[in-house]
Amino acid sequence: MNQAVSVRNRDVNYRKIFADGLWHQNTGLVVLLGLCPLLAVTGTAINALGLGLATLLTLLLSNLAVSLARGALRPEIRIPAYVLIIASVVTAIQMLMQAWFYDLYRVLGIFIPLIVTNCAIIGRAESFASRNGPLPSLMDGLATGLGFCISLLALGAFREITGRGTLFSEARLMFGDYGEQLELTLIPGHTGFLLAMLPPGAFIGLGLLVAARNWLDCRRRLVRQANAATNASGTDAPAAT
Amino acid sequence: MGNEPATDWPHAVRSVMKSAAALGLVAVIGTALIAGVHKLTAERIAAQERRLVLQRLGEILPPERYDNALHEDRFEFQNEAYFPNGQTVVAYRARREGEPVAVILEFQAVNGYNGKIGLLAGINADGTLTGVRVTSHRETPGLGDPIEAEKSDWIRQFRGKSLANPKPAGWAVRRDGGAFDQFTGATITPRAVVEAIRRALTFFEAQRDMLFNSETQPVNGATS
Repeated sequence: MNQAVSVRNRDVNYRKIFADGLWHQNTGLVVLLGLCPLLAVTGTAINALGLGLATLLTLLLSNLAVSLARGALRPEIRIPAYVLIIASVVTAIQMLMQAWFYDLYRVLGIFIPLIVTNCAIIGRAESFASRNGPLPSLMDGLATGLGFCISLLALGAFREITGRGTLFSEARLMFGDYGEQLELTLIPGHTGFLLAMLPPGAFIGLGLLVAARNWLDCRRRLVRQANAATNASGTDAPAAT
Repeated sequence: MGNEPATDWPHAVRSVMKSAAALGLVAVIGTALIAGVHKLTAERIAAQERRLVLQRLGEILPPERYDNALHEDRFEFQNEAYFPNGQTVVAYRARREGEPVAVILEFQAVNGYNGKIGLLAGINADGTLTGVRVTSHRETPGLGDPIEAEKSDWIRQFRGKSLANPKPAGWAVRRDGGAFDQFTGATITPRAVVEAIRRALTFFEAQRDMLFNSETQPVNGATS
């Protein structure tokens, strides 16, 4: 028992899980997995958010299930077992959405069942949940799912603003009457920028987002290097005198 | 040498069996989960679908105009000349004290910019439109989707129109010399919708009695 606790404490670094999921290993922007939904449903911010949340929920449940079953899953059957688990979870989520968010379900349509084919989910099952306990696996699912959801939302918001001049239009599909307050027209009289709404806009938008992320990453690294250099020279200087 | 397979064989079989059993167990648990969720949601999903149909029917024909169970007084038919691509048209009949009030047709415009556009058109007994709504489409968001009533008023202009108003030549978008607006950046979508509605009206004129007098068919799978 003590050993188990010490193993857990030594192996699981939640800070790192979240830093990886949200930034360093962001599914949408770094690992570039799950591009099919990422490109297909990001026409508006609300569609992106809907699919992002559905994917997040799938990741949480599938990671938890895989982690709980990890002792029983022998290597030769683990992939088919993951597929079964993920497909069951997604089907259940689809039915729940159909029952409680019927309008949103009609908008997202085919992309809900297609969550099964999102490699990011089976990737987390294989590389994390099959080797870690339920709680770290849940956290990993949360971090990865949030990272994916945020990149979807960013791309959806970017395409909606440039393509239609609005943000969170049709929010009532998800939030009911309260959602209407969220619907913003940022550029009144926008006549529609076709390129941003069509599939090429998704690719271009994704490219810009990846570039922006990399630029931020680079800048942060340079700043850190510069700081390290000044610190080093700062300590060197007295030593030289 | 000869003994080795004999001792290994049962071991291999047992290993395969164990794997199969584990996989089977995962499948059983997954199926149980889905069955449970289905039981939990089936009723609500059916209610959501019925709500959507009634809400749409109500949008183009106010409930006070008829006294029958509109969504149950329905039948299906096919007519390649007026409703092409092998589509099945659903007709809902509205009656008041047994007298025909209006027919609501559920059909498709087949030549949209991106495939079929599902339409619901209400036609009064005298041949004027009570209204039209788009039920499903895959037109370009932001360009073709003003055909949705939620996005613009375009689809509402059909209310009160008939084959006599505008005249048959006017049943086209303005770019083609007709009476109906296209919208910015999209001509194909409104053109397809206008043409499909014109065909439906022409069909109604020719087959009015058939539409009102055909026998009611129960909804698929429903028991009477």
